[in-house]
Amino acid sequence: MNEQVKLTVSDEVAIGIQGMNKWFGSFHVLRDIDLTVNRGERIVVCGPSGSGKSTLIRCVNALEEHQSGQIIVDGTELTSDIKNVDKIRSEVGMLFQHFNLFPHLTILENCTLAQIWVRKIPQAEAEETAMHFLTKVKIPEQANKYPGQLSGGQQQRVAIARSLCMRPRIMLFDEPTSALDPEMIKEVLDTMIELAEDGMTMMVVTHEMGFARQVANRVIFMDEGQIVEQNEPKEFFNNPKSDRTKLFLSQILGH
Amino acid sequence: MAENNASFVRHELIKEQVPPVSERGLVKWVRENLFSSPFNAIMTVLSLWVIYSIIAGSAPWFINGVWNASSVRECYDILDGVSGACFAVLKERFPQLIYGFKYPATEYWRPNITTLLLLVALAPVLFRKLPRQLLAFSIIYPFLAYWLIWGGTILVPVVAFLGFAAGVYCFRRFSTNAFALGVIVGVIVASIFWLFGGYLSEANETFLSLQAVPSRDMGGLMLNLLLGTIACSVSIPLGIFLALGRQSSMPIIKWICVVFIEFIRGVPLITLLFVANVILAFFFPPDTSIDLILRVIIMMTFFNSAYIAEVVRGGLAALPSGQYEAANSLGLDYAQSMRLIILPQALKISIPGIVNVSVGMLKDTTLVSIISMFDLVGMIRGPILSTSEWNGVYWELFGCAAAIFFVVCFSISKYSQWLERQLETSNR
Repeated sequence: MNEQVKLTVSDEVAIGIQGMNKWFGSFHVLRDIDLTVNRGERIVVCGPSGSGKSTLIRCVNALEEHQSGQIIVDGTELTSDIKNVDKIRSEVGMLFQHFNLFPHLTILENCTLAQIWVRKIPQAEAEETAMHFLTKVKIPEQANKYPGQLSGGQQQRVAIARSLCMRPRIMLFDEPTSALDPEMIKEVLDTMIELAEDGMTMMVVTHEMGFARQVANRVIFMDEGQIVEQNEPKEFFNNPKSDRTKLFLSQILGH
Repeated sequence: MAENNASFVRHELIKEQVPPVSERGLVKWVRENLFSSPFNAIMTVLSLWVIYSIIAGSAPWFINGVWNASSVRECYDILDGVSGACFAVLKERFPQLIYGFKYPATEYWRPNITTLLLLVALAPVLFRKLPRQLLAFSIIYPFLAYWLIWGGTILVPVVAFLGFAAGVYCFRRFSTNAFALGVIVGVIVASIFWLFGGYLSEANETFLSLQAVPSRDMGGLMLNLLLGTIACSVSIPLGIFLALGRQSSMPIIKWICVVFIEFIRGVPLITLLFVANVILAFFFPPDTSIDLILRVIIMMTFFNSAYIAEVVRGGLAALPSGQYEAANSLGLDYAQSMRLIILPQALKISIPGIVNVSVGMLKDTTLVSIISMFDLVGMIRGPILSTSEWNGVYWELFGCAAAIFFVVCFSISKYSQWLERQLETSNR
């Protein structure tokens, strides 16, 4: 899996973040974040734990509120207006470290629920869409099981299918493989690579550097709530500029 | 061993064999559960002896029981010095125990039918597998039950139902734009319906009417079931709303809920009942008479809902925050994520607690005997034990009351255990 996925990136801005700051109480988590993601771009965000990378992507669909600056997603500015927030959330898919499937619903119901209630799609059509995406992530046969009966890798793939059912234009990944056993990481990463090949705009927080090399257009390194370095993956890994990046890379690639 | 050879290959698999007798069936069970050690063996023998003496001691009392007598004197005469129960009181005072002493005897069929219909109305609520159309009857049932128990013209419950239906319809129609607008329009339309319907039913008091029975004539087990059923069924939704309100980010709603829950939980039920009985009347205009039963129902509902709110809050707190985030990130709004994602899981966790509180409530309905209402216990303490015929027949009467409550509460608890197993989806 070393061939770099090639895709053209459009000039249209998918996510625009300007001068964004966030505090948890008095703790300054995100400091003056400026970041533009174009449509079709695949961004990998990495950095030591506590560097604010998860908080950054959680701000993009308003799971966390930012206190100053501007976030524009798909042309809509994120404000406290609940209508904007709901609109952006239905356009942006989100994957979590712990999958967060709904344990009281079957796999199929997990995938159809939001289509039926948010998009007002008739049940039959929603089920068809759900089966389409479950086939795409290669687990259509599990449709009538409950999440608790699936392995971690399968659950994360269901979570991907569940997001895709809403036909999102942007996908956010918050450490999608870090709760998985090693042999399951590959099946999830393969699914994500397929998504990238389909031209999905992706913002991925991950420690999978192989994935970053292969898929990302840009790698962003964060430390202490700020963007320290960003570059194309080849340059980023082979020729890091900042000392903190060098230290981080030597720690995660050194063993 | 001459050689220490590490390599080993099995060519034939060993066949499965039957375990020895001591590891099978009854013998194994008895050995493991009753006689696993000398101490346990002694305890087993001791327990058997205790159980035997209890049965041997109490059996004659049951077996010699007198079922046909008109007073406790007659019972003793029939027993003639032998120890035995005087069950005749149950037989002779049966209608009083069940319906109280004032409910007209010709109308007993009404509470009977109401109770039967209650089972029909509860069935689709309790068992998800039954066809959903049956729920329509469950919605009509409260109005029907009111008419059957209290009597009067059928126009009253019909108007109440139509007003309710119109209100719900308007709420559905307008709440798609704004929730508050839906609530306001719904309440206004329903009130208009009730106002005009009120005049209509007052003018036609004899239209399809059953003999009216005033609330103060209700009594016996019927009163307990009436109070318990209404208080439980209203307080569960109310408790859920209180629990959600307590978590609200809107400070006024949050504080109203917190103060309500903490106040009600901090006060004994019996004080609330006295308040309902005596003090509440001062708060209403002099010529309005809110029925005592209604006042008691309101207090019991408040009391139960405060406890249920805390149980549900525990369920809500037990859910990982990821569930809220996943629901939000899919674009579900607050009402949808609560109804479809959060509450189904939180309530499942809360089932044992909700049932616990509700069973307690059902038993606490006997407290109304203290504010001189004649429920099952009130009937026993008052009109039955105080008569000269049945003075002193404590064991039979209170034993019977205990048995009735035990059967009802035990069934509820069995149902809740069954429901928990039904809702179990994960194999954690």
